[in-house]
Amino acid sequence: MGRYVVRRLLYMVVVLLVVSFITFGLMHAVPGGPFDREKALPPEIMANLNARYHLDDPLMVQYGQYLYDVMLPKFTTTPPDNTNLSDDHLINIKIGNLWIRWMNFGPTFSSRSRTVNDIFRQQLPISMQLGLMALTVAVLIGIPLGIIAALKQNTIFDYLSMSVAIFGVSVPVIVLGPLLIWIFGVTLKWLPPTGWGSKPPYVLGFLPSKLGWDYFKHAIMPAVALGLGSSAILARLTRASLLQVVREDYIRTARAKGLQERLVITRHAFKNSLIPVVTILGPMFAGLVTGTFVTELTFGIPGMGKYFITSITNRDYPVIMGTILLYAVFLVIANLIVDLVYAYLDPRIRYD
Amino acid sequence: MADLLNVQGLETHFRVREGYVHAVNGVDFHLKEGETLGIVGESGCGKSVTVMSMLRLIPVPPGKVVAGTAMYQGKDLLKMSPDEIRHIRGAQISMIFQDPMTSFNPVLTIGRQVAEPLEIHMGLSRKAALNRAAEMLAMVGIPNAKDRLNDYPHQFSGGMRQRVMIAMALTCSPQILIADEPTTALDVTIQAQIVDLVKRLRDELGMAIIWITHDLGIIAGLADRVNVMYGGLIIEAAPVKPLYAAPLHPYTQGLLHSLPRMDETEQRRLVSIDGLPPVLMTKPTSCPFAPRCTFAYERCLQENPPLINLDGNHQVACWVDTKTGRPRE
Ligand SMILES: Nc1ncnc2c1ncn2[C@@H]1O[C@H](COP(=O)(O)OP(=O)(O)O)[C@@H](O)[C@H]1O
Ligand SMILES: [Mg+2]
Repeated sequence: MGRYVVRRLLYMVVVLLVVSFITFGLMHAVPGGPFDREKALPPEIMANLNARYHLDDPLMVQYGQYLYDVMLPKFTTTPPDNTNLSDDHLINIKIGNLWIRWMNFGPTFSSRSRTVNDIFRQQLPISMQLGLMALTVAVLIGIPLGIIAALKQNTIFDYLSMSVAIFGVSVPVIVLGPLLIWIFGVTLKWLPPTGWGSKPPYVLGFLPSKLGWDYFKHAIMPAVALGLGSSAILARLTRASLLQVVREDYIRTARAKGLQERLVITRHAFKNSLIPVVTILGPMFAGLVTGTFVTELTFGIPGMGKYFITSITNRDYPVIMGTILLYAVFLVIANLIVDLVYAYLDPRIRYD
Repeated sequence: MADLLNVQGLETHFRVREGYVHAVNGVDFHLKEGETLGIVGESGCGKSVTVMSMLRLIPVPPGKVVAGTAMYQGKDLLKMSPDEIRHIRGAQISMIFQDPMTSFNPVLTIGRQVAEPLEIHMGLSRKAALNRAAEMLAMVGIPNAKDRLNDYPHQFSGGMRQRVMIAMALTCSPQILIADEPTTALDVTIQAQIVDLVKRLRDELGMAIIWITHDLGIIAGLADRVNVMYGGLIIEAAPVKPLYAAPLHPYTQGLLHSLPRMDETEQRRLVSIDGLPPVLMTKPTSCPFAPRCTFAYERCLQENPPLINLDGNHQVACWVDTKTGRPRE
């Protein structure tokens, strides 16, 4: 298994190179630049900015420089300098008086004082917390609903569960969010309508340092609003999968052995029916934890979501590259974990 | 000897979009202790549905047992509570199925699956059940049985898997073993091995067997009696010798003609029966075999012949005396 994981991680490097190349090419192919304004900036300032961010260099040079900054670790004796925006590394490890510094994602063009790494340090943790909670909500609601619907197929329970699921997919966050805020935030005043309850420093780089009502009261509504759509997808998938599995020959075998119906389902059907459900959890996870624009905007959460959108409209090249690569990393790692869980669930799958 | 199992008037249908498929249309048969009964017929004639209805294993809906009794040890299987029938399944009446590939749960070890009936019916601990499972696997001829308990079904070959299936069915020493085409999915050489294995186990353990097959050749040396089914009905029933020596129903004759025989001296063409078995959307009101039958006359198309007793043990449902080719009086 170790070798398998290593091989998959090496493969991730290839994926990231391809993704970065395509993204880099696409974003430069789109007309317009980061400093184009409605009222054009004076040419000297323009020239200055372009020079400062090396935007006049040939594209391949810029790309090479970017890869060098992001991918290659640097070994130096000079300690990190917080004031130098072009020298901000995500990973800084000190061994003796040697610094190992790695992953410089560059400055953001839209702020004079922040780097892409600042976004990763301050906004990403919040998005990850929200995403993880939304995923939890999705799993805790979606899978049981799907199971109930399948076991009580074509009964009122089935129709009810699936109605909830259809409601979940068809009511977007942009409707559900304000509705929740209006009911629980404004009318009942049970929950704060906006904001987020954790601040840096984060445990392990993304977990809130203090859990409690003060934290969760901010998280409940957005996690539910965001998780409900995914729970609906999971519910439908679980239902379909379980209905498929209970028609399998080995379920008949289990019944022919005299197993209680409860054991037939729990012991013989569940594990098999989860296999397709697990598949979708990987991309779902990657999508949720890297920031969700509408949810974060609706609930006034200072997460990463908005950078995905604004970086593109602003031609903020380093942020575009950083967010896309981050998404790719999450996706590849999530799929790796899915494959490992797969092999655990299904002994027919081997690592090769 | 008294009947171990006695089925009377069994009828099962399935609801489908176009109406009802009448899969079993009033089947009577019985099984004595230690006896081996063959049920033969082309695929789709209702063999599986007959035995599955008895054990109440057909999916409800769309299936429904609409009539009949299945008396086992003085009680009607069809009227038992779900819990009662559950205690019969796998403990007193066991089943093995056609496809050893799909009939095992792919994500559970063989040991778990073979031991399961012992845990639920005998109340054995997991460990004791696994030990017993290893003995059973050894008995059906799995090499290194103990080491293979932790293997998964896909790690066994088709023939080995069918052996495991047999071991699993016999763990609780059932009175009746129902084998639903257990060799159909296997190579010919493996088929013979499985038949030999079941014969040996029957002699050692003494259970009664219902062996379902579409291949009359397989059960010639295995069964005591044979029921031939067509269109959800038994159309001929006889001890194995007279059935093979002097089959009375044109359908049985057709089945036998399509078999190669070892004792034949002159060359003979193998003939198959023309046409396809029917899917019955109504209960048969005429002989279901008539459209394919070379003996058929008007009456066959108007009335469904009942199963009549000829000499003691030999029963047939046909308006024609095939020996003379003339209508039976
Ligand atoms: N679940 C089902 N739904 C609808 N029809 C079924 C179902 N199971 C069996 N049948 C029908 O019942 C008839 C008898 O099937 P079966 O007993 O499986 O045949 P076989 O003799 O090959 O075992 C067939 O016509 C089949 O199409
Ligand atoms: Mg069948």
